[in-house]
Amino acid sequence: MRTVYILWLRQIKRYFRSRSRIVGAIGQPLLFLLALGYGLGSVYKAAGRGNYLQFLVPGIMAQTVLFSSMFYGAMIIIDRQFGFLKETLVVPVSRFKIMIGGALGGATTAVIQGSLVFFISLAIGFRPHNWIMTLVALVFMCALALAITSFSSGIGSFVQDMQGFQAINQFLVFPLYFLSGALYPLNNVPTWLRIIAEINPISYTVDALRWAMLGTTKFGLRADILAMSITLVVLMTFGTIRFRHIRD
Amino acid sequence: MIEVNNLTKRFGDFTAVDNVSFSVNRGELFALLGPNGAGKSTTIKMLTTLLKPTSGKLKLNGLDVVKDPDAVRRSFGIVFQDPSLDTDLTAYENMELHGIMYGVAKKELAPRIEELLRLVELWERRNSFVKTFSGGMKRRLEIARGLLHHPKVLFLDEPTLGLDTQTRHLLWSYVDSLTKEKAMTVLFTTHYLEEAESNAHRIAIIDHGKLIAIGSASELKKSTGTDSLEQAYLELTGSEIREEEVDAHEAWRSIRRARNMR
Ligand SMILES: Nc1ncnc2c1ncn2[C@@H]1O[C@H](COP(=O)(O)OP(=O)(O)OP(=O)(O)O)[C@@H](O)[C@H]1O
Ligand SMILES: [Mg+2]
Repeated sequence: MRTVYILWLRQIKRYFRSRSRIVGAIGQPLLFLLALGYGLGSVYKAAGRGNYLQFLVPGIMAQTVLFSSMFYGAMIIIDRQFGFLKETLVVPVSRFKIMIGGALGGATTAVIQGSLVFFISLAIGFRPHNWIMTLVALVFMCALALAITSFSSGIGSFVQDMQGFQAINQFLVFPLYFLSGALYPLNNVPTWLRIIAEINPISYTVDALRWAMLGTTKFGLRADILAMSITLVVLMTFGTIRFRHIRD
Repeated sequence: MIEVNNLTKRFGDFTAVDNVSFSVNRGELFALLGPNGAGKSTTIKMLTTLLKPTSGKLKLNGLDVVKDPDAVRRSFGIVFQDPSLDTDLTAYENMELHGIMYGVAKKELAPRIEELLRLVELWERRNSFVKTFSGGMKRRLEIARGLLHHPKVLFLDEPTLGLDTQTRHLLWSYVDSLTKEKAMTVLFTTHYLEEAESNAHRIAIIDHGKLIAIGSASELKKSTGTDSLEQAYLELTGSEIREEEVDAHEAWRSIRRARNMR
């Protein structure tokens, strides 16, 4: 337990010491909130769908958690380049504990980022339908964060350089995010888009966050929780197995 | 304590370690010498579970290194040739992280860290970020970290590279006391032959991945009919410069050429 804790703490310390990372990771969602929220707000309203900012905020929170969690995999590659990875690979601690300590640390920072976006959203006019339910949203963010940090540790264990890692971000994670319904409603979209959204695990987290913060859901809470649990188990298994074969 | 049998490592069709066998006894201070690119670090990486051998058997503390890496990791400590610190943490935090990962008991940890940081004269700088350290200070911290827990087998891959004379003396006397008092087994590499001559109980020399000689310094001198380890070493390995160094020269020359053209 001490080992998991100290590896978790390492990630937390590195996060709070890197002001540029905090600001950078807040900047992008803020840009989305302002540019899209204000930019498309009137179109959305004209279409008779109500307040776009309300709709958008859970999506942007999911975005923040998703990409902050992916960043954890990049940290593994940085550790490899700086040589620190070797140190963690010869210690008498099981690969599982090493992976989970770091992934929990990465997940914690991702949830902090997501929560910061929540508070920023409040400042620009977002209102959750029920304050208690925002705590449930926190649980959903944690589940997403741990699933994605596990996934990105798996990726970081076999992708050797940053370019390879960025490619996975560009060609897998970005498309999944854009097609998840985070930015626009999935009603009245072409069938192919709807099908992709329905097999896309990110859609269910976005939907669950909307359920917790707005009280509306597309797939239903049970489907959301089921999909999120499956995603968490599958990605943690993937991360654990890949990390077991990690090479320096 | 360490048994290496017919160890071979190939990278593609290049053979970095070629059918090497030797063994190191408990409490022995054993030097692995050889020119650049001889295969010393590759041998250590295989012994420390970082690389899988192409063929051959490796045993450490009676355990099979390939089959039982988790148990093997409990038996050794290592100071790597290349940097391996977290430069975004402080010196103290690097030590603490290492101690906890190696299961050093809580109440022993703080005094042990203080003792070692004082030994390498970094105690005053314990709360500085490692990225603010000079090359030699980083190396000293890595040494201190490697000595923090007391493993059965300690690997030191060019530990004194870039260290000042004072710290080198400190290191060797500390390591010597560990082999005597704790019967710790130490395998180290170095390019300073006088370090091997005055500290190692036995020396193995490898070249182009092959083991070419093994024995105490006086045995090596006797067998080559020379009167210093340096001469014996040159006798055994020849005096031509190795690939890597040639490459470095070549690179340097092309830089100068480029400069002259401007
Ligand atoms: N991952 C790798 N892929 C391909 N070749 C490698 C790899 N690692 C090492 N080598 C090659 O294996 C040979 C032995 O390298 P090694 O690092 O073991 O040398 P060394 O004896 O430690 O030398 P030095 O004194 O310079 O540290 C070198 O020719 C090196 O280029
Ligand atoms: Mg080497």
